Amino acid sequence: MSDIQIVEAPAGVEGSGFFATKLDQAVGLARSHSLWPLPFATSCCGIEFMATMGSHYDLSRFGAERLSFSPRQADLLMVMGTISKKMGPVLRQVYLQMAEPRWVMAVGACASSGGIFDTYSVLQGIDEVIPVDVYVPGCPPRPEAIIDGFMAIQKLVQTETLRRREEPKYQALLASYGIQ
Amino acid sequence: MGKIANEDLLQKLNDKFAGQVTHLGADYGLLTIETTKESITDVLTFLKTDDALKFIFLTDLTAVHYPELEKPIGVVYHLHSLTTNTRIRVKVFLTLEDTHIPTATTLWEGANWMERETYDFFGVIFDGHPDLRRILNVDDMTVFPMRKEFPLEDPNRIDKKDYFFGR
Repeated sequence: MSDIQIVEAPAGVEGSGFFATKLDQAVGLARSHSLWPLPFATSCCGIEFMATMGSHYDLSRFGAERLSFSPRQADLLMVMGTISKKMGPVLRQVYLQMAEPRWVMAVGACASSGGIFDTYSVLQGIDEVIPVDVYVPGCPPRPEAIIDGFMAIQKLVQTETLRRREEPKYQALLASYGIQ
Repeated sequence: MGKIANEDLLQKLNDKFAGQVTHLGADYGLLTIETTKESITDVLTFLKTDDALKFIFLTDLTAVHYPELEKPIGVVYHLHSLTTNTRIRVKVFLTLEDTHIPTATTLWEGANWMERETYDFFGVIFDGHPDLRRILNVDDMTVFPMRKEFPLEDPNRIDKKDYFFGR
């Protein structure tokens, strides 16, 4: 018959006619399977992302088929490619326009560390301007690696407590980037 | 009209600007002359407007840094005469203390961005340029990155430090 699998319910108390679980987990489950990524693609890693979105690898399977090209509606900023220093403020502006909760994925060597471009004009990793949740290595990473990174983001989303964004630790992290 | 021979071109320049123009060579057949910043505008105007020469096209304008020279900043003009299909290279050398040179935007509008780029990377100041500010690098950059005293590498990079490799 059908081999379609649905996600497992979070741990909880089950009885006849009711199922109780933590709101954190229910929300995390829903969020992690409906992430709206914003592809910020500047070079060759963006081409790999196109393959990832294509039918062969099909990122839609993970609930992320709706790419958001407006940062205001996006949950996940996927930075793919070399970010020059002149692009830094633009990237930061895009991040600032995203609403909480927001996650950031640095795809590829350039976004993670500047890659081979160890030069005066290239940002040595986007974590110089915005906080990053997941780094995907590779030059460029294969679609499998991008999906692996995406699943790591999903894991983060599922296990995040609802109040994590109000924590002093998180506020301090943002403050260290001069945000807020 | 055929290609102007390098000898004739040099002769013409020497007749007009005796003592102000130096012959530097002709690598790959491209005549290269040096002049001073005082005469560069006159030389370029002559090359562009002379009826026999008509070097109407400014192919490129850039600079080179030679730290070992007494005048280390060399501003380079490449001109092309479209009617005779002749090319010429004009160089002006400047000291690091005084990197001022007259603008070529009075002759070619296209020199605008080339001069901004040359200013951006080498710090050559083109007097009379309508809008001399950085064009490619970030506005708050404090160095002229193509000068040899500035390292090419980004100083913020830490993953190439020796201690990561046990050195």
